Amino acid sequence: MIKDYVKFALKTLKVRKTRTFLTMLAVFIGIAAIVSLISLGQGLENAISEQFEALGTNKIMVSPAGTFFGAVGDSVSEITEEDLDVIQKVSKVKQAGGMLYKMARLEFDEEVQYTWAIGLPTDESGDVINEIATFNYVTGRELKESDKYKVVVGIRLAEADIFDKEVKVRDKLKIEGYEFKVVGGMGRIGNPEDDRQVYIPLETAREVFNEPDKLDIIMIETTKGASVPAVVEDIKKELRDFREVEEGEEDFNVQTFEEMMETFAVVFTLVQAILIGIASISLLVGGVSIMNTMYTSVLQRTREIGVMKAIGAKNKDIWILFIIESGFLGMAGGIIGVLIGMGLAKLVELAAFQQGITILKAQFPWYLIVGTLVFSFVIGCLSGLAPAYRASKLKPVDALRYE
Amino acid sequence: MNKPIIELKDVWKIYQIGHVKIPALRGLSLSIHSGEFIAIMGKSGSGKSTLMNMVGCLDIPTKGRVNLYGDDIASFTESDLAQTRGKKIGFIFQKFNLIPTLTAFENVMLPMIFQGIPFEERKKKAQSLLSMVGLSERSAHRPGELSGGEQQRVAIARSLAIDPEIILADEPTGNLDSKTGKMVMDLIIKLHKEQKKTIIIVTHDEDVAKYAQKIKVLRDGLVIGQKK
Ligand SMILES: Nc1ncnc2c1ncn2[C@@H]1O[C@H](COP(=O)(O)OP(=O)(O)OP(=O)(O)O)[C@@H](O)[C@H]1O
Ligand SMILES: [Mg+2]
Repeated sequence: MIKDYVKFALKTLKVRKTRTFLTMLAVFIGIAAIVSLISLGQGLENAISEQFEALGTNKIMVSPAGTFFGAVGDSVSEITEEDLDVIQKVSKVKQAGGMLYKMARLEFDEEVQYTWAIGLPTDESGDVINEIATFNYVTGRELKESDKYKVVVGIRLAEADIFDKEVKVRDKLKIEGYEFKVVGGMGRIGNPEDDRQVYIPLETAREVFNEPDKLDIIMIETTKGASVPAVVEDIKKELRDFREVEEGEEDFNVQTFEEMMETFAVVFTLVQAILIGIASISLLVGGVSIMNTMYTSVLQRTREIGVMKAIGAKNKDIWILFIIESGFLGMAGGIIGVLIGMGLAKLVELAAFQQGITILKAQFPWYLIVGTLVFSFVIGCLSGLAPAYRASKLKPVDALRYE
Repeated sequence: MNKPIIELKDVWKIYQIGHVKIPALRGLSLSIHSGEFIAIMGKSGSGKSTLMNMVGCLDIPTKGRVNLYGDDIASFTESDLAQTRGKKIGFIFQKFNLIPTLTAFENVMLPMIFQGIPFEERKKKAQSLLSMVGLSERSAHRPGELSGGEQQRVAIARSLAIDPEIILADEPTGNLDSKTGKMVMDLIIKLHKEQKKTIIIVTHDEDVAKYAQKIKVLRDGLVIGQKK
């Protein structure tokens, strides 16, 4: 029975292709936007949580207050080597190391560019940073303890993406006017900003930038089996005592990677929800457009409805017929929307890849596709409620007389 | 004589447009027995179609009774009326009234779908009906691809889909030329002769009237004459 109604509805939609297509326009724009947003969002979230997970749960990060997750801003407070000393003395801290970020003037082959230069500790305190940052060196070698005025370059420098000429191992590169020797090239990180960084020994950075003891970030690894939240509390307490600040007024952040991931997830979900909300407006328009089409359809097919009633269709039958038609109108929009959305997401992924963002992979989980189709069907049905009701209530005599 | 299957007693139908009341039927009474062939004649506006609507359970009277197999149709719910139409009455309209998006075959199947008849049975029945009206070859065609006469033959096949005892035809040849009209009329007469259907037909055709067992002539919503 329902099967026959479905067939009937699909037939009507097929025969009236142009009408069907125009009606679906708003629906598929909305669905396409939602599918692409979710699939890209899902991909981004996966990539980032994968990276966080790779770091492990026993890592802690300390930064000046007013910075968030690697974003280096104009923080009012500073953290220094002295803070690092304090942290290293906290129990259950296995190792800790700090880094210095500086915007630097690079000169190569008579060309000038500005990028971030990162001062990396070359003693054993650098190990924790190496582990967290999961650096991989594709050419040359990493910085070692005896290195001074040596530099490891990001992959975009090696690919001649920053300077006209490729920066190779053993080349000379000027940073802030000082001559450095290139000893290694970093592999691709996947973010174009990160991929144009240069890495120099922390001690050298202190000389070049005249920063005797500032640090921008301190990375900490706890000993095996230690309770990370407890270590965080200890670090906070020691730092408060040392910096002479009250609890609640800390001018520094102590965060675990887990916390950062959670914060990130919350912000991310919020942003995504807002975007999807905006896309939903298009769906609303789509719903109204389906409703409008269905009303027109009821009007145009008044006679047809009269005939169906004459040959035995009950009000309920007419109602179901129109609801199904309306539902499929929505779902047809959904199908096209999903396809366009997937294409769009892939396109964004490709464009991002071309910009050097390789970590972004659009995800199309089955529940996204099925959910979207069901959703668009439901929108169609809901939009069809009122028109279908009107159709079902038509008096057979009046409907048959309709010209 | 046995009991009539359709009985109209003092039936009034008054249409109201704004404040104007239009009495289309004014106390009409009529009995129809099983197996009869009845022709309804009369000038335009005399109430023929209104009468057919009452008999066909498409509408209920403003006043008076319409009994179908002894039941007063005014006591039926909308759904009962639909059920009754679907099971007991076959309609043939002047304007054919096929569903334009469906093929001839599907149009013939439609009344059976509303009765929940399984596909295989529907298919067999629709095929045999289409071959009866001589349109087997056109079963995959949509109404728009058929001539008027062909469409009306499909409509006749459709009216027979649920094996109704009563066939109502309101000017079935009104939109056809005389030659195809005759062909359609012959088909309807055949239904009466061979399948013993009760047929009520609105017509201006004297030949059909000649064939009819009874002719009811309407004027101003009343039967003013009865031939035979
Ligand atoms: N739904 C309606 N609303 C208002 N008036 C109507 C309605 N249906 C019919 N009438 C009026 O009732 C009267 C009888 O109409 P009916 O359609 O029964 O005539 P008819 O005999 O079938 O005419 P024709 O030969 O032109 O088909 C006419 O005056 C018509 O205008
Ligand atoms: Mg009429």
